[in-house]
Parts: sequence; structure tokens; C-alpha cells
Amino acid sequence: MSQIVAEQLHQDQAEEHVAGRSPWALAGRRLLRDRLALAALVLFLLIVLVSFAAPLYADHIAHTDPFVNNLNGTTVINGKRVPILQQGGGVLKLGETPIGPTWHGNYLLGADNQGRDVMSRVLYGGRSSLLVGIGSAVIACLVATIVGLLAGFFGGITDGILSRTMDLIWAFPVFLLAISVGTVLLTAPNGLALGPIHIQAQSLWLPTLIIGGVYVPYVARPIRGAVLSIREKEFIEAATALGASNWRLMFREILPNVISTVIVLLPLMIATTILTESALSYLSIGVQPPNASWGTVIDDGQQLLYTRPIVAIAPGVMIVLTVLALNVLGDGVRDALDPRAKLRIGK
Amino acid sequence: MAAVLFAITLLVFGIFFLTPGVDPARQLAGRNPNPQTLVLIRHQFGLDRPLPVRYLLLMKKLFITRDLTSYSNQGAKVMPEIVSATPVTLSLVFGAAVIWVVVSIAMGLAAAVLKGTVFDPLLMIIALIGISMPVFWLGEMMNLITQNRLHSTLLFSWVPPLGYTPLTSDPWMWFKQLVIPWLTLSVLYIGFYARVLRANILETENEDYVRTAHAKGISDRRVLLRHQLRTSMVTFVSLFGLDFAALVGGGALLTEVVFGLPGVGLLTYQSLHSLDLPVIMATVVYGAFFIVFANTLVDIAYAWLDPRVRPT
Repeated sequence: MSQIVAEQLHQDQAEEHVAGRSPWALAGRRLLRDRLALAALVLFLLIVLVSFAAPLYADHIAHTDPFVNNLNGTTVINGKRVPILQQGGGVLKLGETPIGPTWHGNYLLGADNQGRDVMSRVLYGGRSSLLVGIGSAVIACLVATIVGLLAGFFGGITDGILSRTMDLIWAFPVFLLAISVGTVLLTAPNGLALGPIHIQAQSLWLPTLIIGGVYVPYVARPIRGAVLSIREKEFIEAATALGASNWRLMFREILPNVISTVIVLLPLMIATTILTESALSYLSIGVQPPNASWGTVIDDGQQLLYTRPIVAIAPGVMIVLTVLALNVLGDGVRDALDPRAKLRIGK
Repeated sequence: MAAVLFAITLLVFGIFFLTPGVDPARQLAGRNPNPQTLVLIRHQFGLDRPLPVRYLLLMKKLFITRDLTSYSNQGAKVMPEIVSATPVTLSLVFGAAVIWVVVSIAMGLAAAVLKGTVFDPLLMIIALIGISMPVFWLGEMMNLITQNRLHSTLLFSWVPPLGYTPLTSDPWMWFKQLVIPWLTLSVLYIGFYARVLRANILETENEDYVRTAHAKGISDRRVLLRHQLRTSMVTFVSLFGLDFAALVGGGALLTEVVFGLPGVGLLTYQSLHSLDLPVIMATVVYGAFFIVFANTLVDIAYAWLDPRVRPT
């Protein structure tokens, strides 16, 4: 009997405890219960980990430099020394065919037609793709949050200017905008010079900034909408009555209430920016040599598509897995943070 | 709308000629040009004139005289090239649109009806995979399978070599060469639209008019197709307008490049490699204009479809 009472007391305590949870803790619990989203998160972290371990792989397992051409090199397979580029390969027995997948430490996935280790390049490529993808998504979200806060809070002329600018970028097809900017910056022989800031043409910052800038309106619009509705709430009125400054109102009162919108959009944004980066790199206006990215490796693989398809298949599979994981995770985060959310993002 | 169009031309002009560090003349002059060559080239291409004059001249060449000439291909007019490439892009996008509308409606409906069974999450995972695939990579994989690895099998022996045959000269060949590009281009949109449609249909489930329809004794199927699907199509139609326009306006570039279809996208891509700025600028401006027009049409169609957003 007393045991049942104790059990009930325990349960009551537990319920009280639950009632004291913050919305963030509740959302976190919901996300942890979502097995699919959790699996996606694990997969994504795994891909990040493996990609950032690329130098370790190249130095200690493959013993190759994936950025140096290796046209006349040889490698040892099953105790036999074979050239990396075989003369007279292919259907016509002309030209050179790079070595195929060896399924050994070095040249695990074979070589591309510069004799470079494809596996190492895919790993290094993942590093660039993830850096550019995550970097540009974070930049887009940061800028968009500030733009959305300013436009939604001040209204009037500030809103007019910011919103019209956003509308203009929005009306412009993302892809055309990215292509134009990417092409133009390639014609800049010494990179981009913005006053004291100077960005080298080969720097990863260039594609990151281009892609980040192009996607600002996609995040700024929903944030501005959220700020507009929150601005009219009673607690803002209360804070104003207490003498809070505009600055405090924006960043201490409104920002915590719109940040969930940003967090919901972030994984979906990264998925989108990674796809955009790969497309731009495939068109050779994204990540520039000597850096590689998944998109550039697919581009390398195009000439070898029928002889050594693995060169194009491997980075593509990595992109699909990464983006799929991020999309599933994004759905999970959305359901966890706001079960009734109708937030959607363009492709 | 006129203001947006004007702003777009300014933006494009700014991107191509005002970006810090960019010098088109240097690009035209080739490697290590001497200063005299640069001055000559600047003069020859009118790059030494004041910016407003250059802007006005460019707009005149784009819209009034329509005799913009290519940089890399001296004397070649840009306009006829774009005009001859347009039917290719339109063929590609139209066909893909038919496929994606039909398949995504079927998929979205099936997922909504089968909610609670294992098929709903299965269909949605398939849709998500479709959204997660880079279209150019999917195209390469399609080429690998249909042109090379399985080309000799019965399944794909009908696939002709990559290229484009005009509809007017050989309709059957036109169709055969476009089937694989159509499927490739539509995969992303099938996934996206199926997800949107499913979500919209499920949202209508608790609406008063759906309950009323059920209460009147209308069959479930009729309620689904005539009441729920119909209202869910409002979002679908406006999204369709925007995506269709974006594809015609330049979004089909990657698909055209992978399948070697000589459309506007491939033209842009080729001028990208020779850094032929007038061609890129022309395709971008025309594409953006087309998209702005289409967006306006979508707004009008939206108001027509959904009486709630009509100004009264």
C-alpha cells in the first residue's frame, strides 16, 4: 500500500518537474524521441567527421597527395607494381585510362585522369563542400536575422528599402544570380577587393559569400513576418513601458522569439547551399583549384564516365547522403520546435 | 513591376561591370597584356565611356535595336542565338512539367490516403531522396545506364545518342531524345510537389467545409478529389507557375549541359567558359524578365483560384 502511495508521490513529483521544462528542453526531448531525425543527425556528423579526417586518410592510409598530378607514377597492388595511368586503355585502345578501384588502402576508388587518388579527393572535397555549405547557410541566416529584425521592427523607410532589396534578389532566379556573380568574380585576376578586405580568387570564402548572399531573402522574409507579429504583442508593450531601448527590445525581447524560425530553417538551408555549391563547382564557377569539392570531383569524373564511373558516382552518393540526412533532420527539428509549423523552403 | 525590371537591369549591369576587382578588358586581352593593348581594347569595346552611357547603350542594344554582339565571337549577334535556343528549352521544360504534375499529384494523393500505413512514410522518403539528388549527377547516372552500361539490353536499346532533334523535323526522334532528360529534370519537382500536396491535403482534413461535405453524405473519394484536392491545388498551382518560369528562365541549365541539349542554358554555359559577357548578360536579363512576368501572372491566377485573397 505504502509502496503505491510512494509511487504516486513520485509520479506527482515527476509531473511537476515536467511542467517546469523550458520550451527548448521540450523540443530537445521531442527531437530525441524522433528516431529517424536522430539517425539522420548521426549520419551527418559521421560524414562531417570522415571529411575532416581527410588529411589523416591521405597521409597515413593512402600515402598520396590528392592535389598533385601523378601522370607517370606507379602503385603496388597485390605485390605487383602497376602504372596509375595505363596506356592504351578504353574501347579504342588509345589514350590513357586511370587505374580503377583497387579496394586497397591506396587508390581505394582508383585515380582520375590526372592520376590523383579519388578517395582522398572525395574526402577533401567533402571538407570544402561542408565548409562552404555550412558557412554560407550560417552567413545567410545571420544576415537574414539582422535584416528581418531591422525591417520588421522599424518599419517605415528602413523596411521599405530592405524589403524592396530582398524582393529584387527574390525576383532574380537564385541560380542565375549565383552564376553571374561567380562568372564575374572569376574574371577578377586578383580576387575580390572590398576596401581593406581582400579575398583571393581561389579562396573558399568566395563561393561561401556568393551562395550565402543569394539565399538571404529566403530566410529574411519569414523572419520579418515573425517580427511583425511579435512587435504587436503585450510583452513588448510592457517592455517599452519599462523603458527598454530599441536595441534591447530587438535583441532581448524579439530575437529569442524568432530564433526558433532560424533554427528550423538552418538544416534545410545547409542542404540547399550544399546542392547549390555542388552545381556551381560542377560548372567550374564554384570552388576553384587547388581546392576540390564534391561538385568538382563529379566534373572530373565526367570525362571518365563510361570507363571509370566510380569517379563520378562516389562524390554524388556523398552529396545525396549528406543532403538527405539534413532534410530528414530539418523535418525532425521543425516537428520538434513547432509541431504545427507551416514553414517551407524552396528547393 | 516596371520598377523591378529596371532594378534587375541595374543589378545585372552592376554585377558585370562594377564588382570591385573586375576588369572585362583584361579578360578580353588574354594573358599578360601590355598597357597599349588594354587601352585599345577598352576603346574598341566601349569600356572607356562613362558608366551611365554604357548602361544606356547596353539597354538600347538589348531591347530596342536588339543587335548586341558577342565578345568572343566577333560580329556574331546574340539575339538570333537565343531565339534559336528557346524552343529546345521550352520542349525540355514542358515535357518535364507534364510528368512532374501527373506523378506528384498521384504520389501526394496516395500518401495522404495511405496515412497511417507503411506506404505513406515510404513514399515520402522516396520523395525526399528525389529532392536530395543533384540534378546534374542524376543526369550523369542516367547517361551511364542508358547510353553505356545497359544500352545493349532490351530495356534501353531504344535510347538515341545525346542531342536534340526539332519537333518539326522528326517528332518521334524528338520524343525519344527528350524522355530521359524529362525524367531527370522532373525527379526533384515530383518529390517537392508530392510533399507539399500531401501536407496541404492533410491540413484540410479538419476544415469545416470538409466536415460539412462528409456530413452531407458525400462519398470519401468525392470529398477527397472534389473538395480537399481542389483547395490543396491552390498552393500547387502557384508553386508550379514560379518553378516553371524559373526553369524556362535559366533553371534548366544543368540538365541541358548534362544531356547536351542546345537550349538557352547550354548557350549560357558555353559563354561562361569563354567568358562571353554579352551573351551571359542577355540570357540572364531575358530570363529574369520572363520570371518577373510569370510571377505577376501567378499572382493574378492565385487571386482567381482562391476567392479569399481577392481584393473586394
